Amino acid sequence: MSAVSFHHVFKSFATPRGELQALKGVSFQVEQGEFFGLLGPNGAGKTTLISILAGLTRASSGSVEVLGSDVQRDYQAARRRLGVVPQELVFDPFFSVRETLRIQSGYFGIKNNGAWIDELLEGLGLADKAGANMRQLSGGMKRRVLVAQALVHQPPVIVLDEPTAGVDVELRQTLWRFVSKLNKQGSTVLLTTHYLEEAEALCGRIAMLKQGEVVALERTSELLRRAAANVLRFKTDETLPPDLAEIARTTGRFVQLPAPTAAEVERLLARLREAGIAPEDIEVSKADLEDVFLDVMANSHKPAPSPQAPPAVDDTTAEKTAASSEVAP
Amino acid sequence: MTGWQTLLYKEVLRFWKVGFQTVAAPVITSILYLLVFGHVLEERVQVYEGVSYTAFLLPGLIMMAVLQNAFANSSSSLIQSKIMGSLVFVLLTPLSYKAWFAAYVGSSVVRGLAVGLGVLLVTGWFTSLSVVAPLWIIVFALLGAGLMGALGVVAGLWAEKFDQMAAFQNFIIMPLTFLSGVFYSIHSLPDFWQQVSHLNPFFYMIDGFRYGFFGVSDVSPWVSLAVVGLAFAAVAALTLQLLRTGYKIRH
Repeated sequence: MSAVSFHHVFKSFATPRGELQALKGVSFQVEQGEFFGLLGPNGAGKTTLISILAGLTRASSGSVEVLGSDVQRDYQAARRRLGVVPQELVFDPFFSVRETLRIQSGYFGIKNNGAWIDELLEGLGLADKAGANMRQLSGGMKRRVLVAQALVHQPPVIVLDEPTAGVDVELRQTLWRFVSKLNKQGSTVLLTTHYLEEAEALCGRIAMLKQGEVVALERTSELLRRAAANVLRFKTDETLPPDLAEIARTTGRFVQLPAPTAAEVERLLARLREAGIAPEDIEVSKADLEDVFLDVMANSHKPAPSPQAPPAVDDTTAEKTAASSEVAP
Repeated sequence: MTGWQTLLYKEVLRFWKVGFQTVAAPVITSILYLLVFGHVLEERVQVYEGVSYTAFLLPGLIMMAVLQNAFANSSSSLIQSKIMGSLVFVLLTPLSYKAWFAAYVGSSVVRGLAVGLGVLLVTGWFTSLSVVAPLWIIVFALLGAGLMGALGVVAGLWAEKFDQMAAFQNFIIMPLTFLSGVFYSIHSLPDFWQQVSHLNPFFYMIDGFRYGFFGVSDVSPWVSLAVVGLAFAAVAALTLQLLRTGYKIRH
Protein backbone atom coordinates (compact mmCIF):
# COMPACT_ATOMS: atom_id res chain seq x y z
CA MET A 1 0.00 0.00 0.00
CA SER A 2 1.32 3.45 -0.90
CA ALA A 3 1.66 6.14 1.77
CA VAL A 4 -0.03 8.67 -0.49
CA SER A 5 -1.64 8.13 -3.85
CA PHE A 6 -3.12 10.72 -6.18
CA HIS A 7 -5.46 9.37 -8.87
CA HIS A 8 -6.27 11.70 -11.78
CA VAL A 9 -6.75 14.72 -9.54
CA PHE A 10 -8.40 17.67 -11.27
CA LYS A 11 -9.19 20.97 -9.63
CA SER A 12 -10.68 24.10 -11.11
CA PHE A 13 -11.50 27.35 -9.37
CA ALA A 14 -14.04 29.91 -10.48
CA THR A 15 -12.28 33.27 -10.74
CA PRO A 16 -13.57 36.63 -11.92
CA ARG A 17 -11.62 36.04 -15.14
CA GLY A 18 -13.20 32.67 -15.77
CA GLU A 19 -12.40 29.13 -14.78
CA LEU A 20 -8.87 28.43 -13.61
CA GLN A 21 -7.57 24.88 -14.04
CA ALA A 22 -5.23 24.51 -11.09
CA LEU A 23 -4.68 20.76 -11.45
CA LYS A 24 -5.08 18.84 -14.68
CA GLY A 25 -5.11 15.16 -13.87
CA VAL A 26 -2.30 14.64 -11.41
CA SER A 27 -1.45 11.00 -10.69
CA PHE A 28 1.47 9.65 -8.69
CA GLN A 29 2.23 7.69 -5.58
CA VAL A 30 4.51 8.18 -2.62
CA GLU A 31 5.66 4.89 -1.15
CA GLN A 32 5.94 4.19 2.57
CA GLY A 33 9.20 5.35 4.08
CA GLU A 34 10.10 7.63 1.18
CA PHE A 35 11.41 11.18 1.47
CA PHE A 36 9.61 12.63 -1.51
CA GLY A 37 9.99 16.06 -3.06
CA LEU A 38 7.26 17.98 -4.86
CA LEU A 39 8.77 20.81 -6.86
CA GLY A 40 7.40 23.42 -9.19
CA PRO A 41 7.33 27.16 -9.75
CA ASN A 42 4.80 29.39 -7.96
CA GLY A 43 1.31 28.70 -9.22
CA ALA A 44 2.15 25.17 -10.42
CA GLY A 45 -0.50 23.70 -8.10
CA LYS A 46 1.68 22.29 -5.31
CA THR A 47 -0.24 23.87 -2.46
CA THR A 48 -3.59 23.05 -4.08
CA LEU A 49 -2.53 19.42 -4.27
CA ILE A 50 -1.42 19.42 -0.63
CA SER A 51 -4.69 21.10 0.39
CA ILE A 52 -6.68 18.36 -1.33
CA LEU A 53 -4.57 15.74 0.42
CA ALA A 54 -5.20 17.43 3.77
CA GLY A 55 -8.95 17.81 3.19
CA LEU A 56 -8.79 21.62 3.18
CA THR A 57 -9.94 21.67 -0.42
CA ARG A 58 -11.96 19.20 -2.45
CA ALA A 59 -10.82 17.86 -5.80
CA SER A 60 -13.15 18.60 -8.73
CA SER A 61 -12.61 14.98 -9.75
CA GLY A 62 -10.22 12.17 -8.99
CA SER A 63 -9.29 10.80 -5.60
CA VAL A 64 -6.52 10.89 -3.03
CA GLU A 65 -5.68 8.25 -0.46
CA VAL A 66 -3.48 8.26 2.61
CA LEU A 67 -2.34 4.72 3.44
CA GLY A 68 -5.41 3.41 1.65
CA SER A 69 -7.94 5.77 3.25
CA ASP A 70 -9.79 8.12 0.92
CA VAL A 71 -9.35 11.72 2.12
CA GLN A 72 -13.05 12.47 1.57
CA ARG A 73 -14.99 9.24 2.18
CA ASP A 74 -12.78 8.07 4.98
CA TYR A 75 -11.56 11.46 6.14
CA GLN A 76 -11.15 10.64 9.81
CA ALA A 77 -8.79 7.72 9.21
CA ALA A 78 -6.91 9.71 6.54
CA ARG A 79 -6.39 12.75 8.78
CA ARG A 80 -5.20 10.63 11.70
CA ARG A 81 -2.40 9.33 9.51
CA LEU A 82 -1.42 12.68 8.11
CA GLY A 83 0.55 15.49 9.73
CA VAL A 84 0.55 18.69 7.71
CA VAL A 85 2.79 21.70 8.29
CA PRO A 86 0.97 24.56 6.58
CA GLN A 87 2.83 27.05 4.45
CA GLU A 88 1.43 30.17 6.11
CA LEU A 89 2.89 31.16 9.47
CA VAL A 90 -0.31 30.91 11.52
CA PHE A 91 -0.82 30.62 15.27
CA ASP A 92 -3.47 30.88 17.95
CA PRO A 93 -2.60 33.97 20.02
CA PHE A 94 -4.51 32.87 23.11
CA PHE A 95 -2.28 30.01 24.20
CA SER A 96 1.21 29.06 25.31
CA VAL A 97 3.34 26.63 23.31
CA ARG A 98 2.58 23.70 25.57
CA GLU A 99 -1.14 24.50 25.71
CA THR A 100 -1.19 24.69 21.92
CA LEU A 101 0.37 21.23 21.65
CA ARG A 102 -1.85 19.72 24.34
CA ILE A 103 -4.97 21.07 22.68
CA GLN A 104 -3.85 19.84 19.27
CA SER A 105 -3.32 16.35 20.76
CA GLY A 106 -6.79 16.51 22.26
CA TYR A 107 -8.39 17.15 18.86
CA PHE A 108 -7.08 13.72 17.86
CA GLY A 109 -8.45 12.23 21.08
CA ILE A 110 -4.97 11.66 22.52
CA LYS A 111 -4.67 11.91 26.28
CA ASN A 112 -1.50 12.11 28.35
CA ASN A 113 0.68 13.05 25.41
CA GLY A 114 3.23 14.76 27.70
CA ALA A 115 6.18 12.51 26.94
CA TRP A 116 5.86 12.90 23.17
CA ILE A 117 5.25 16.64 23.50
CA ASP A 118 8.47 16.90 25.53
CA GLU A 119 10.33 14.99 22.84
CA LEU A 120 8.94 17.33 20.17
CA LEU A 121 9.88 20.42 22.18
CA GLU A 122 13.37 19.02 22.74
CA GLY A 123 13.93 17.86 19.16
CA LEU A 124 12.77 21.15 17.65
CA GLY A 125 14.69 23.35 20.10
CA LEU A 126 11.55 24.66 21.81
CA ALA A 127 12.12 23.29 25.30
CA ASP A 128 12.84 26.67 26.91
CA LYS A 129 9.84 28.27 25.18
CA ALA A 130 7.24 25.76 26.38
CA GLY A 131 5.57 28.24 28.73
CA ALA A 132 5.80 31.25 26.42
CA ASN A 133 2.71 32.67 24.80
CA MET A 134 2.58 32.18 21.02
CA ARG A 135 2.49 35.96 20.51
CA GLN A 136 5.88 36.39 22.17
CA LEU A 137 7.68 34.00 19.82
CA SER A 138 9.81 35.06 16.88
CA GLY A 139 8.83 33.95 13.38
CA GLY A 140 11.30 31.08 13.43
CA MET A 141 10.02 29.81 16.77
CA LYS A 142 6.42 30.00 15.57
CA ARG A 143 7.46 27.92 12.58
CA ARG A 144 8.89 25.26 14.90
CA VAL A 145 5.62 25.16 16.81
CA LEU A 146 3.79 24.63 13.50
CA VAL A 147 5.97 21.60 12.88
CA ALA A 148 5.40 20.29 16.40
CA GLN A 149 1.63 20.77 16.01
CA ALA A 150 1.65 18.70 12.85
CA LEU A 151 3.43 15.87 14.66
CA VAL A 152 1.52 15.67 17.97
CA HIS A 153 -0.44 12.63 16.85
CA GLN A 154 2.66 10.82 15.53
CA PRO A 155 1.39 10.61 11.97
CA PRO A 156 3.03 8.00 9.70
CA VAL A 157 2.83 10.46 6.79
CA ILE A 158 4.30 13.94 7.20
CA VAL A 159 3.64 16.74 4.74
CA LEU A 160 5.78 19.86 4.79
CA ASP A 161 4.56 22.67 2.55
CA GLU A 162 7.53 24.96 1.98
CA PRO A 163 8.58 24.78 5.62
CA THR A 164 11.85 26.65 5.15
CA ALA A 165 10.62 29.66 3.18
CA GLY A 166 12.20 32.69 4.88
CA VAL A 167 13.72 30.67 7.70
CA ASP A 168 17.24 31.03 9.12
CA VAL A 169 20.01 28.46 8.72
CA GLU A 170 19.83 27.19 12.28
CA LEU A 171 16.15 26.37 12.11
CA ARG A 172 16.56 24.73 8.74
CA GLN A 173 19.19 22.43 10.16
CA THR A 174 17.20 21.65 13.31
CA LEU A 175 14.17 20.92 11.20
CA TRP A 176 15.94 18.66 8.74
CA ARG A 177 17.76 16.79 11.47
CA PHE A 178 14.48 16.09 13.23
CA VAL A 179 12.47 15.22 10.13
CA SER A 180 15.27 13.00 8.80
CA LYS A 181 15.28 11.14 12.09
CA LEU A 182 11.53 10.52 11.81
CA ASN A 183 12.02 9.42 8.23
CA LYS A 184 14.71 6.92 9.29
CA GLN A 185 12.29 5.60 11.90
CA GLY A 186 9.84 4.81 9.12
CA SER A 187 7.74 7.96 8.57
CA THR A 188 6.99 8.98 5.04
CA VAL A 189 7.82 12.60 4.22
CA LEU A 190 6.32 14.64 1.42
CA LEU A 191 8.07 17.96 0.98
CA THR A 192 7.36 20.92 -1.24
CA THR A 193 10.14 23.44 -1.46
CA HIS A 194 11.63 26.24 -3.48
CA TYR A 195 15.14 25.43 -2.30
CA LEU A 196 16.37 22.94 -4.82
CA GLU A 197 19.57 22.10 -2.96
CA GLU A 198 17.33 21.07 -0.08
CA ALA A 199 15.34 18.70 -2.28
CA GLU A 200 18.59 17.40 -3.78
CA ALA A 201 20.05 16.69 -0.36
CA LEU A 202 16.96 15.14 1.23
CA CYS A 203 14.59 13.65 -1.31
CA GLY A 204 15.05 10.19 -2.77
CA ARG A 205 12.43 10.81 -5.41
CA ILE A 206 11.02 13.95 -6.95
CA ALA A 207 7.90 14.98 -8.84
CA MET A 208 7.88 18.25 -10.73
CA LEU A 209 4.65 20.10 -11.35
CA LYS A 210 4.10 22.71 -13.99
CA GLN A 211 0.77 24.43 -14.57
CA GLY A 212 -1.11 21.67 -12.83
CA GLU A 213 0.57 18.75 -14.55
CA VAL A 214 3.32 16.34 -13.55
CA VAL A 215 6.23 17.00 -15.91
CA ALA A 216 8.83 14.81 -14.23
CA LEU A 217 8.66 11.95 -11.76
CA GLU A 218 11.93 10.20 -11.06
CA ARG A 219 14.58 9.22 -8.57
CA THR A 220 16.61 12.29 -7.71
CA SER A 221 19.78 10.56 -8.86
CA GLU A 222 18.21 9.80 -12.26
CA LEU A 223 17.10 13.39 -12.64
CA LEU A 224 20.58 14.61 -11.88
CA ARG A 225 22.11 12.17 -14.35
CA ARG A 226 19.83 13.64 -16.99
CA ALA A 227 21.38 17.05 -16.52
CA ALA A 228 23.93 18.24 -19.03
CA ALA A 229 27.00 16.83 -17.30
CA ASN A 230 29.35 19.64 -16.24
CA VAL A 231 29.07 23.37 -15.96
CA LEU A 232 31.56 26.22 -15.82
CA ARG A 233 30.87 28.68 -13.00
CA PHE A 234 32.47 32.05 -12.34
CA LYS A 235 31.75 35.55 -11.08
CA THR A 236 31.90 38.73 -13.08
CA ASP A 237 30.57 42.26 -13.12
CA GLU A 238 30.87 42.66 -16.89
CA THR A 239 28.17 42.06 -19.48
CA LEU A 240 28.53 38.79 -21.36
CA PRO A 241 28.73 38.78 -25.16
CA PRO A 242 25.35 37.88 -26.68
CA ASP A 243 26.30 34.35 -27.80
CA LEU A 244 27.27 33.44 -24.22
CA ALA A 245 24.45 35.39 -22.56
CA GLU A 246 22.02 33.25 -24.50
CA ILE A 247 23.18 29.98 -22.94
CA ALA A 248 24.20 31.35 -19.55
CA ARG A 249 22.30 31.12 -16.29
CA THR A 250 23.06 34.28 -14.32
CA THR A 251 22.20 35.02 -10.71
CA GLY A 252 23.49 38.46 -9.79
CA ARG A 253 27.19 38.29 -10.55
CA PHE A 254 27.25 34.50 -10.67
CA VAL A 255 27.39 33.07 -14.18
CA GLN A 256 27.00 29.45 -15.16
CA LEU A 257 27.59 28.01 -18.62
CA PRO A 258 27.07 24.43 -19.82
CA ALA A 259 30.48 22.87 -20.43
CA PRO A 260 30.24 19.12 -21.11
CA THR A 261 33.85 18.71 -22.35
CA ALA A 262 37.30 20.10 -21.64
CA ALA A 263 37.41 21.52 -25.17
CA GLU A 264 34.20 23.43 -24.48
CA VAL A 265 35.69 24.83 -21.26
CA GLU A 266 38.69 26.07 -23.23
CA ARG A 267 36.50 27.59 -25.93
CA LEU A 268 34.35 29.42 -23.37
CA LEU A 269 37.36 30.83 -21.54
CA ALA A 270 38.88 31.94 -24.84
CA ARG A 271 35.61 33.61 -25.80
CA LEU A 272 35.55 35.46 -22.47
CA ARG A 273 39.14 36.66 -22.97
CA GLU A 274 38.24 37.95 -26.44
CA ALA A 275 35.33 39.86 -24.97
CA GLY A 276 37.68 41.43 -22.43
CA ILE A 277 36.05 39.76 -19.43
CA ALA A 278 38.20 38.59 -16.52
CA PRO A 279 36.14 35.95 -14.69
CA GLU A 280 36.77 35.46 -10.96
CA ASP A 281 36.51 32.27 -8.87
CA ILE A 282 36.32 29.93 -11.82
CA GLU A 283 35.21 26.38 -11.19
CA VAL A 284 34.03 23.43 -13.24
CA SER A 285 31.42 21.37 -11.46
CA LYS A 286 28.51 18.98 -11.81
CA ALA A 287 25.13 20.36 -12.76
CA ASP A 288 22.68 20.48 -9.84
CA LEU A 289 18.97 20.04 -9.47
CA GLU A 290 18.42 23.66 -10.33
CA ASP A 291 19.75 23.02 -13.82
CA VAL A 292 17.51 20.01 -14.22
CA PHE A 293 14.58 21.98 -12.89
CA LEU A 294 15.06 24.84 -15.33
CA ASP A 295 15.62 22.37 -18.12
CA VAL A 296 12.44 20.42 -17.34
CA MET A 297 10.39 23.60 -16.94
CA ALA A 298 11.64 24.94 -20.26
CA ASN A 299 11.24 21.74 -22.27
CA SER A 300 8.06 20.17 -20.97
CA HIS A 301 5.78 20.42 -23.97
CA LYS A 302 4.60 16.89 -23.41
CA PRO A 303 3.88 16.47 -19.73
CA ALA A 304 4.48 12.74 -19.41
CA PRO A 305 6.56 11.10 -16.73
CA SER A 306 9.78 9.69 -18.14
CA PRO A 307 10.11 5.94 -18.77
CA GLN A 308 12.11 5.34 -15.58
CA ALA A 309 9.19 6.50 -13.45
CA PRO A 310 7.21 3.92 -11.47
CA PRO A 311 4.20 2.45 -13.28
CA ALA A 312 1.14 4.61 -13.74
CA VAL A 313 -1.41 4.26 -10.97
CA ASP A 314 -4.41 3.11 -13.02
CA ASP A 315 -4.11 -0.66 -12.64
CA THR A 316 -3.65 -0.54 -8.88
CA THR A 317 -6.94 1.23 -8.19
CA ALA A 318 -8.89 -1.96 -7.52
CA GLU A 319 -6.30 -3.12 -5.04
CA LYS A 320 -6.38 0.28 -3.30
CA THR A 321 -10.14 0.22 -2.90
CA ALA A 322 -9.96 -3.19 -1.30
CA ALA A 323 -7.24 -1.99 1.03
CA SER A 324 -9.15 1.12 2.09
CA SER A 325 -12.21 -0.81 3.20
CA GLU A 326 -9.93 -3.01 5.26
CA VAL A 327 -8.37 -0.06 7.08
CA ALA A 328 -11.60 1.83 7.73
CA PRO A 329 -12.36 2.12 11.43
CA MET B 1 -10.95 14.40 26.85
CA THR B 2 -12.28 13.31 23.50
CA GLY B 3 -11.89 15.43 20.37
CA TRP B 4 -15.04 17.51 20.63
CA GLN B 5 -14.56 18.03 24.34
CA THR B 6 -11.09 19.41 23.66
CA LEU B 7 -12.46 21.84 21.09
CA LEU B 8 -15.17 22.90 23.57
CA TYR B 9 -12.53 23.35 26.28
CA LYS B 10 -10.33 25.36 23.94
CA GLU B 11 -13.23 27.61 22.93
CA VAL B 12 -14.14 28.24 26.57
CA LEU B 13 -10.50 28.91 27.42
CA ARG B 14 -10.31 31.34 24.50
CA PHE B 15 -12.97 33.68 25.89
CA TRP B 16 -12.01 33.08 29.51
CA LYS B 17 -8.44 34.26 28.89
CA VAL B 18 -9.83 37.61 27.79
CA GLY B 19 -12.56 37.59 30.43
CA PHE B 20 -12.45 41.31 31.09
CA GLN B 21 -13.57 41.93 27.57
CA THR B 22 -15.87 38.94 27.11
CA VAL B 23 -17.56 38.61 30.50
CA ALA B 24 -16.88 41.57 32.78
CA ALA B 25 -17.52 44.26 30.16
CA PRO B 26 -21.02 43.07 29.17
CA VAL B 27 -21.92 42.66 32.84
CA ILE B 28 -20.97 46.30 33.46
CA THR B 29 -22.94 47.44 30.40
CA SER B 30 -26.06 45.66 31.61
CA ILE B 31 -25.73 47.18 35.06
CA LEU B 32 -25.40 50.66 33.56
CA TYR B 33 -28.60 50.09 31.58
CA LEU B 34 -30.31 48.95 34.74
CA LEU B 35 -29.14 51.92 36.79
CA VAL B 36 -29.93 54.58 34.20
CA PHE B 37 -33.27 53.26 32.91
CA GLY B 38 -34.29 52.16 36.37
CA HIS B 39 -33.58 55.61 37.78
CA VAL B 40 -35.42 57.47 35.02
CA LEU B 41 -38.45 55.20 34.71
CA GLU B 42 -38.90 53.62 38.16
CA GLU B 43 -41.58 56.12 39.25
CA ARG B 44 -43.22 56.49 35.83
CA VAL B 45 -43.71 53.01 34.45
CA GLN B 46 -45.33 49.98 35.91
CA VAL B 47 -45.73 47.10 33.50
CA TYR B 48 -47.16 44.35 35.70
CA GLU B 49 -49.11 44.86 38.85
CA GLY B 50 -46.90 44.74 41.92
CA VAL B 51 -43.68 44.54 39.93
CA SER B 52 -41.37 47.56 40.04
CA TYR B 53 -39.91 48.77 36.76
CA THR B 54 -36.37 47.88 37.84
CA ALA B 55 -37.46 44.34 38.70
CA PHE B 56 -39.31 44.10 35.35
CA LEU B 57 -36.28 45.36 33.46
CA LEU B 58 -33.72 43.05 35.03
CA PRO B 59 -34.71 39.68 33.49
CA GLY B 60 -34.91 41.33 30.08
CA LEU B 61 -31.42 42.77 30.47
CA ILE B 62 -30.05 39.45 31.65
CA MET B 63 -31.56 37.62 28.68
CA MET B 64 -30.33 40.28 26.26
CA ALA B 65 -26.82 39.88 27.65
CA VAL B 66 -27.07 36.08 27.37
CA LEU B 67 -28.22 36.28 23.75
CA GLN B 68 -25.74 38.90 22.57
CA ASN B 69 -22.78 37.21 24.19
CA ALA B 70 -23.68 33.76 22.97
CA PHE B 71 -23.78 35.19 19.45
CA ALA B 72 -20.58 37.15 19.91
CA ASN B 73 -18.67 34.12 21.12
CA SER B 74 -18.98 31.72 18.20
CA SER B 75 -19.08 34.45 15.57
CA SER B 76 -15.96 36.27 16.73
CA SER B 77 -14.03 33.07 17.37
CA LEU B 78 -14.72 31.84 13.83
CA ILE B 79 -14.11 35.11 12.00
CA GLN B 80 -10.87 35.69 13.93
CA SER B 81 -9.47 32.25 13.33
CA LYS B 82 -10.54 32.42 9.69
CA ILE B 83 -8.77 35.72 9.15
CA MET B 84 -5.73 34.80 11.26
CA GLY B 85 -5.59 31.43 9.51
CA SER B 86 -5.47 29.45 12.75
CA LEU B 87 -8.72 27.67 11.86
CA VAL B 88 -6.48 25.35 9.84
CA PHE B 89 -5.47 23.59 13.07
CA VAL B 90 -9.06 22.46 13.53
CA LEU B 91 -9.64 21.84 9.83
CA LEU B 92 -6.74 19.36 9.74
CA THR B 93 -8.18 17.20 12.52
CA PRO B 94 -10.57 14.26 12.21
CA LEU B 95 -13.28 16.20 14.13
CA SER B 96 -16.70 15.69 12.54
CA TYR B 97 -19.16 18.47 11.76
CA LYS B 98 -21.22 17.41 14.78
CA ALA B 99 -18.15 17.85 16.98
CA TRP B 100 -17.70 21.37 15.60
CA PHE B 101 -21.34 22.15 16.30
CA ALA B 102 -21.21 20.82 19.86
CA ALA B 103 -18.01 22.72 20.65
CA TYR B 104 -18.80 26.10 19.09
CA VAL B 105 -22.43 26.21 20.21
CA GLY B 106 -21.58 24.71 23.62
CA SER B 107 -18.90 27.30 24.38
CA SER B 108 -21.26 30.07 23.31
CA VAL B 109 -23.88 28.80 25.75
CA VAL B 110 -21.25 28.77 28.50
CA ARG B 111 -20.26 32.37 27.79
CA GLY B 112 -23.87 33.55 27.51
CA LEU B 113 -24.76 31.94 30.82
CA ALA B 114 -21.58 33.22 32.50
CA VAL B 115 -22.48 36.79 31.57
CA GLY B 116 -26.14 36.30 32.56
CA LEU B 117 -25.14 34.90 35.94
CA GLY B 118 -22.69 37.73 36.40
CA VAL B 119 -25.43 40.32 35.89
CA LEU B 120 -27.72 38.42 38.25
CA LEU B 121 -25.09 38.19 40.99
CA VAL B 122 -24.01 41.82 40.82
CA THR B 123 -27.54 43.21 40.74
CA GLY B 124 -28.80 40.75 43.34
CA TRP B 125 -27.90 43.00 46.25
CA PHE B 126 -29.82 46.09 45.14
CA THR B 127 -32.91 44.63 43.51
CA SER B 128 -35.18 42.00 44.92
CA LEU B 129 -36.00 39.54 42.18
CA SER B 130 -38.59 36.86 42.68
CA VAL B 131 -38.30 33.46 41.03
CA VAL B 132 -41.63 31.79 40.32
CA ALA B 133 -40.73 29.01 37.89
CA PRO B 134 -36.98 28.31 37.74
CA LEU B 135 -37.36 25.58 35.13
CA TRP B 136 -38.73 28.06 32.58
CA ILE B 137 -35.79 30.36 33.31
CA ILE B 138 -33.29 27.59 32.66
CA VAL B 139 -35.05 26.27 29.56
CA PHE B 140 -35.28 29.68 27.88
CA ALA B 141 -31.74 30.65 28.84
CA LEU B 142 -30.36 27.41 27.36
CA LEU B 143 -32.49 27.47 24.21
CA GLY B 144 -31.88 31.15 23.60
CA ALA B 145 -28.13 30.88 24.10
CA GLY B 146 -27.99 27.76 21.93
CA LEU B 147 -29.92 29.46 19.16
CA MET B 148 -27.67 32.51 19.24
CA GLY B 149 -24.53 30.39 19.45
CA ALA B 150 -25.62 28.51 16.33
CA LEU B 151 -26.53 31.76 14.58
CA GLY B 152 -23.06 33.01 15.49
CA VAL B 153 -21.55 29.99 13.73
CA VAL B 154 -23.59 30.79 10.62
CA ALA B 155 -22.45 34.42 10.70
CA GLY B 156 -18.86 33.42 11.42
CA LEU B 157 -18.79 31.04 8.46
CA TRP B 158 -20.50 33.51 6.15
CA ALA B 159 -18.54 36.67 6.94
CA GLU B 160 -15.21 37.11 5.17
CA LYS B 161 -14.28 40.42 6.80
CA PHE B 162 -14.76 42.01 10.20
CA ASP B 163 -16.84 44.61 8.42
CA GLN B 164 -19.44 42.06 7.32
CA MET B 165 -19.52 40.61 10.81
CA ALA B 166 -20.10 44.06 12.31
CA ALA B 167 -22.97 44.59 9.85
CA PHE B 168 -24.57 41.28 10.85
CA GLN B 169 -24.26 42.19 14.51
CA ASN B 170 -25.34 45.84 14.31
CA PHE B 171 -28.08 45.62 11.66
CA ILE B 172 -29.66 42.30 12.61
CA ILE B 173 -28.78 41.10 16.10
CA MET B 174 -28.80 44.45 17.92
CA PRO B 175 -32.16 45.76 16.63
CA LEU B 176 -33.87 42.40 17.10
CA THR B 177 -32.68 42.10 20.70
CA PHE B 178 -33.38 45.76 21.54
CA LEU B 179 -36.85 45.72 20.04
CA SER B 180 -37.91 42.49 21.68
CA GLY B 181 -39.51 43.95 24.76
CA VAL B 182 -36.50 44.16 27.03
CA PHE B 183 -37.32 47.70 28.13
CA TYR B 184 -41.12 47.64 27.79
CA SER B 185 -44.09 45.34 27.51
CA ILE B 186 -45.21 45.12 23.89
CA HIS B 187 -48.78 45.74 25.12
CA SER B 188 -47.77 49.35 25.57
CA LEU B 189 -47.07 49.61 21.83
CA PRO B 190 -49.52 50.71 19.09
CA ASP B 191 -51.35 47.81 17.46
CA PHE B 192 -49.20 47.72 14.38
CA TRP B 193 -45.94 47.49 16.30
CA GLN B 194 -47.41 44.85 18.56
CA GLN B 195 -48.06 42.73 15.48
CA VAL B 196 -44.52 43.36 14.22
CA SER B 197 -43.09 42.39 17.60
CA HIS B 198 -44.88 39.06 17.38
CA LEU B 199 -42.78 38.26 14.32
CA ASN B 200 -39.55 38.74 16.23
CA PRO B 201 -38.36 35.43 17.68
CA PHE B 202 -36.30 37.32 20.27
CA PHE B 203 -39.50 38.63 21.78
CA TYR B 204 -40.51 35.06 22.75
CA MET B 205 -37.14 34.34 24.29
CA ILE B 206 -37.34 37.43 26.52
CA ASP B 207 -41.01 36.94 27.30
CA GLY B 208 -40.68 33.27 28.20
CA PHE B 209 -37.60 33.98 30.30
CA ARG B 210 -39.40 36.73 32.18
CA TYR B 211 -42.34 34.44 32.87
CA GLY B 212 -40.03 32.32 35.02
CA PHE B 213 -39.47 35.29 37.32
CA PHE B 214 -42.95 36.78 37.61
CA GLY B 215 -45.38 34.10 36.48
CA VAL B 216 -46.90 36.68 34.12
CA SER B 217 -45.99 37.39 30.51
CA ASP B 218 -47.31 38.93 27.29
CA VAL B 219 -47.98 35.52 25.71
CA SER B 220 -48.22 32.04 27.19
CA PRO B 221 -44.79 30.51 27.95
CA TRP B 222 -45.85 27.42 26.00
CA VAL B 223 -46.31 29.50 22.88
CA SER B 224 -42.90 31.06 23.49
CA LEU B 225 -41.37 27.65 23.99
CA ALA B 226 -42.83 26.39 20.72
CA VAL B 227 -41.58 29.40 18.77
CA VAL B 228 -38.10 29.40 20.33
CA GLY B 229 -37.82 25.61 20.03
CA LEU B 230 -38.74 25.69 16.34
CA ALA B 231 -36.40 28.58 15.68
CA PHE B 232 -33.58 26.72 17.40
CA ALA B 233 -34.26 23.56 15.39
CA ALA B 234 -34.26 25.52 12.13
CA VAL B 235 -31.05 27.43 12.87
CA ALA B 236 -29.33 24.29 14.20
CA ALA B 237 -30.26 22.37 11.05
CA LEU B 238 -28.85 25.15 8.87
CA THR B 239 -25.68 25.33 10.98
CA LEU B 240 -25.12 21.58 10.81
CA GLN B 241 -25.62 21.63 7.06
CA LEU B 242 -23.12 24.46 6.56
CA LEU B 243 -20.56 22.72 8.77
CA ARG B 244 -21.08 19.40 7.00
CA THR B 245 -20.44 20.89 3.57
CA GLY B 246 -17.58 23.05 4.85
CA TYR B 247 -19.31 26.24 3.68
CA LYS B 248 -16.59 28.83 2.95
CA ILE B 249 -14.00 26.90 4.96
CA ARG B 250 -13.30 23.85 2.77
CA HIS B 251 -13.26 24.98 -0.84
